[in-house]
Order: sequence, then C-alpha cells, then structure tokens
Amino acid sequence: MRAALVALLNIDETASVSLTGRIAALWRALGRDPRHYQIGVLTSLILAGVFVYDFELSPWHALACIGSTLATQALGDRLTGRKFDARSPLISALSLTILLRTGSIWLSLAAGVIAVGSKYLIRFKGKHVFNPANLALVFLALVFGGAWVSPGQWGAAPLLAIVLFGIGGAVSKKASRWDVSFAFLGFYAALVFARALWLGDPLSIPAHQLQSGALLIFAFFMISDPKTTPNARIARLIYAACVALVGFTIQFAYYKSPGVIFALVFTAPFVPLLDILFPASRYYWPNHKRTLHDHQQI
Amino acid sequence: MTINKFKLALTGGAAIAMLAAAVPVASFCGFYVAKADTDLFNESSKVVLARDGDRTVITMANDYQGDPTEFAMVIPVPTIITKEQVHISNTALLDHIDAYTAPRLVEYFDKDPCRPEPEYMRMKSMGGSLPAMAPAPVAIMEDSLGVTIEESFSVGEYDILILSATESDGLLTWLTQNDYRVPDGAGDVLHSYIKQDMKFFVAKVNLEKKASIGGEMLRPIAVAYESPKFMLPIRLGTVNSKGTQDLFVYTLTRKGRVETTNYRAQKIPSSQELPVYIKDDFGDAYKAIFAEATNKDGGTGVFTEYAWDMGWCDPCAADPLSTAELRELGVFWVGGKDGGDNGRNRKIMPRRPQAQNVYVTRMHVRYDAESFPEDLKFQETGNRENFQGRYVMRHAYTGEMSCPAARDYKRMVNERQEKEIATLANLTGWTPSYIRTKIEESGKGVHFDLDAKPKGNKWWNKLWPSD
Repeated sequence: MRAALVALLNIDETASVSLTGRIAALWRALGRDPRHYQIGVLTSLILAGVFVYDFELSPWHALACIGSTLATQALGDRLTGRKFDARSPLISALSLTILLRTGSIWLSLAAGVIAVGSKYLIRFKGKHVFNPANLALVFLALVFGGAWVSPGQWGAAPLLAIVLFGIGGAVSKKASRWDVSFAFLGFYAALVFARALWLGDPLSIPAHQLQSGALLIFAFFMISDPKTTPNARIARLIYAACVALVGFTIQFAYYKSPGVIFALVFTAPFVPLLDILFPASRYYWPNHKRTLHDHQQI
Repeated sequence: MTINKFKLALTGGAAIAMLAAAVPVASFCGFYVAKADTDLFNESSKVVLARDGDRTVITMANDYQGDPTEFAMVIPVPTIITKEQVHISNTALLDHIDAYTAPRLVEYFDKDPCRPEPEYMRMKSMGGSLPAMAPAPVAIMEDSLGVTIEESFSVGEYDILILSATESDGLLTWLTQNDYRVPDGAGDVLHSYIKQDMKFFVAKVNLEKKASIGGEMLRPIAVAYESPKFMLPIRLGTVNSKGTQDLFVYTLTRKGRVETTNYRAQKIPSSQELPVYIKDDFGDAYKAIFAEATNKDGGTGVFTEYAWDMGWCDPCAADPLSTAELRELGVFWVGGKDGGDNGRNRKIMPRRPQAQNVYVTRMHVRYDAESFPEDLKFQETGNRENFQGRYVMRHAYTGEMSCPAARDYKRMVNERQEKEIATLANLTGWTPSYIRTKIEESGKGVHFDLDAKPKGNKWWNKLWPSD
C-alpha cells in the first residue's frame, strides 16, 4: 500500500492534464497539509452519518457550527493581526457537527464561538491549551441539558471505515501526531481488556467497548490535534496514557459516557507542564512561515 | 375527553386536506385504527425505567405462564434493596404504557373527487385500574458459602431475598441448594457482577399468598433505588438461550429521550403508506417490519418505537398515563406533595403540546449473546423531538363518481396502490405477489378498472347508481 501511495505521489507534474494527473495533483494538495486530509475524512463521515446511518443531523446544525467557528476565527485573526486561515476552524466545526447533539441552533452557534474563542483566550506560552471542539463539547454537555454526545450512534459497520481512514492517515504521514492516537488506543484497550480479565468477562465485551464510534473519532481526530498535544514524543505518550486512564475512570467508575471526551478537557491543562518537563520544538502547520510573531500562531 | 379528542382529530383532518403524500409526523393526526402491542412477540419481557438524576424505579413484568412453584427470578441490582423499596405493581399499568407507546396504524379517507364532503372521524381509547399490595414479615440469616442474605422479606405474592456474595461458586451452590435454577455457564456472569459490587435480587412465589390474592398472572415487581448506573442487566438471560429474545424498555424521564450508549439505537421505519388491507393484518405486518429492520443488522438491534412527551399524543393509541399511574410506575417528580397535583385518579387530557415533565421512550431490543455481549447502558439526552412508529392507510373513495376528474383520480389511486405494495414489500420482505394475493383475498384496496365504461350522466343513471 505504501509503495502504491509513493508511486501515486511521485507522478510527474506534466501529467496533470490527464485524469490520473489531476487525481495525483488533488492527492498532492491533500497531502500538503494534514488538515486537508482531516477535512476530507470528517466531511465523508458526516455525509455517511446523514445518508447511511440516519444521524438526525440537521443542515442548520452543520451550518451554525461552521459559520460560528469561521466567524470567530475571522474576528480573532483580525484582532490579533493574523492572516485568516479557514482550515483549523473548519476542522473544529466538522468535529462539533459530528459529535455534538443538540436541538437548539443557539447551542450550535455557541459551540463554535466557545471552541474557537478558547484558542485566543486560554493560552500558555503562545500555545492554546484546550482542543477547541473538545472544550466546547464538554462545556455545553455539562452546562446545558439540551446538548449531549451520542456515543452509541455509530453501528459496527462504519467503525471499520473510521479505523481505515485513521490508519490511512497514519501510514501516509499526513500528520505528525499519530503516535498519540495509537498510544491512546493502546492504553485504553489495555485498560478495558484488563478490566475484562479481572471481572472474568468474555473478551467479546472489551472488543465491543473498543468498537465505539465516538472513541475512534476521538482517537483519530481529536486527541491527535498537533496544536494541543505535548511537543516531545515521550511527553505525548505520557499524555495519551493519562487521557486513557482518566477517560476509563470516568466511563467505568462514574458511569459517564463517553468518558474520554471529558477526560481530554481535564488533562489538557497539564500539557504546558509536560512541555516544560520535556522540551522540544513546537508543531507548525506545513505551510507556516516562521516569523518573529510565531508566538501568536493560532 | 371525547370532545378533546374530536377537536384534535378535527385539526388533523384539516391538515390532511392541505397536505399530500409525505408529511412530517407531527403535522397531522389521522384516525387511529390499530396498534402492534407486545403480545405479538413471544417470550418478550417488559421493563419500565423511571429515572431522574440517580433515582431510579424499575418495574419488571413477567410473561411467565408456567406453574408458579417453578417460578424464580435472579436479577443483579446495583444496591441493597430493603422492603420499603419494593412494590407490587399492576399488569394493567404495563399494558397501558405498552398500548400508549405501541406502533400504530392510522387511516385517512379520500374525498369524493367530484364533490368534497365532510369526513367522519373516530378514535379509540383505553384505560387502566389501580393495584393493591400486601406486606409480610422479615427475617435475616447468614450463610457459609460467602453468600450474605442482606434483606429478606415478602411483598405481595413474592418472597424476596437480597443477596450479596463474595464469589460466584458459593452463590451458584446457594442458588442451586435453594431451588433456583441457574443456567449452565452463568457462573462467569455472576462472577463479573459480584466483582462489580452488584447485589442479587432473588424472588420466588409464595403459593399461599398467591392463592389468597388470586388471579392467573404474576404481577409486576417495582424496585426503587439510587445509583449512577443507568443500565439493564441482560447477560444472565443470554447465557443459556439459543436464538434471539425481545425486550421492551419503556423509560420515563424528565428531560428528554433516552438512548443506548453502548449499542446503536435506530428509529423504526415510520410514516410509510401501506395497502389498506393491512388493517386486519397489522400485527403480522408489524412483526415482519420489525424482523426486516433487524435483519439489516444481522437479526438483532435496538429500535426506538416511540419517543414522546407524556402530556399528549397524536394520534393516541391509548390515553396518556394519568398522574396516578405515572407515580405508580415510579415517576416521583409528578403529583404528590412536592409536585403540586395530588389528584390520584385524574386523567390527563390529551392536548396540544404542553410539557408534562415526563418524557416516554419505548425501545424494542432484539438481542442474543453474540451481538449483545454487554449489558444495556443508557443515557438521558435533551432530545425532545417526538417520534412514533406510525403507518398510514389511505382509503380510496369508492362511491359513485361521474365527473371528468374521476378518471384522473382513479389513475392516481391505482398508482398510489402500486407504491403502497412496493413500500410494504420493502418494509416486510414479503414479495409483491404475496401482497397482491392478500389484497385480492381481502377485496380491500383493489385497483380501479380504468377501462370500465363510464356511466351515463343522465338523471336515471344517478337514480340507481349501483346498477
């Protein structure tokens, strides 16, 4: 598979007039920035959810999430004097669309504002602390009865797709933080399997627990956000273990589902500490031009 | 009540006149004609869960039909249960909530395309009665198998023990010694529940009490407890069972719809137009519709059949439950001293959207050990969008039609009937030819003969229209 991908990516520029050439050009554009790949995958998941899995996702919910994140980003960039870039807020918007459930357009709008707003307001040493969509999800679900997360909405069928998309992204090195995804899933799997062994449960139970759509989307598209994970790899592995442990505890000791989404909010404030303990260079999006104002990057 | 219902039907009737084929459920009412209640499904169990915060009341109905001496139940519960927390409920209550939430068939009548006239409407209702209960003495004892009898009491016709155990072998031995038949292979499941600090609610029938109370059926048992666990243990039931089982879960909550968090909850296909012959066959049709829906997921699944504010219904398969009935089912936050309304037998009038603070969700679970390895876990959501399993029949106008519009109308009806056959075939997995045979046999919903010679328009043709 890797060889095929490399072959595809190495197609000559001059071939761009042919169909394969155009596909290759599109593939290169997708590959240039991990965010393109994420936007593509999240959009596909949303479309599959609406048309195949009957998610009850209203268009206004998607529009409100997208509109409010983009508008907040535009406002934030204007105030901080940065050039507007729609890609990051779009990923937050798509994550909110797919994970947040609400019957109120005001909560959909609020989600976008809270998500992107937190990037500008809650910062430490030039890096924002919380994953934007995660913070908005948890805040709304805890404060408002009209907002919730439906971890059971995915059947078993689309899970395979999520895993393939996730692994596909990892194999093609579309983002440099896939170590967090796999470490998190590994730790979480170890915990649920250990629990099953302790209880004497059949292993079909932890296997079933790992087949949660919300868990996999969280692992591949939320915890792996390069901007809010620790800079050093060892710190990221520690971080993944902490999120898995806290999430597991919330899920199985406090019976709150989905625990991992709550866990990320509680562990995110320790990322600055991990960055201090394990110094390493910060992550920059591929097209980012490093300037004197790097500390302002959003 | 009749007047209120009539008004409701009337509003609905007006809406029908304006709207054609596919219309959102909430926008009109229709004439309720039949329901698919749980009697259709053999070996099904019914559970009502009333829950707000950690406070939970679970009412479990028995469809046990055998010898009462053989009856015994073992249910894992999250906490120790005392006598005051147990109550014997009334089968009629469960029948009522079942009827109120059942998938329903509604019918509409086409108007004479030549001369519109007012429609006749009718609706059906049913009610429930209230139960009685009798207390009994309590005894406490210890055992050497690592099994502790935490509580021992009798309520109604049941002798109940609350057990805690330190290991599953001891519990198994104890249960076997005390004539509780535990399926082979249950040891592992009991072990898991013991580790999770669950207690065991075990009940047998006290034959003397049963005789003095009378009646054929065993009455439902209601248990009140406080626990953050919002779940239903189904694993013991799957241990030794071949094939699938049906479970109906009715939740009564304050905020909104309840959904499963560890299994995908789907909505049963709804608002589909079916051939009119189905009126006499709705039970079979719904069974097939449900089976076909589960077949898409390998024969099992969690299906939401009803989700509605308890204050009203549209159309009503049965009256909404009264405040007294809701309290009996454990809805502690309505009525009573702290809830305002204290009228025990007051019926709630069905009315246009008016929040009752009680939201009912009906989930129909068809499960087996393979597809449902884990117990059912639930969460209450803020979703207050109403949903019902609802199927529609449109009766063609069959009276005399002698205007030019009649031919177009008949062609439209024939096309519509073809669509209805295709829809039913798709929903049930029945073949169109089977459905056509049933239509022919019943003589209902047969196509208009478009080639039939039109009757003359003279006054004598109208004098004897059936000639």
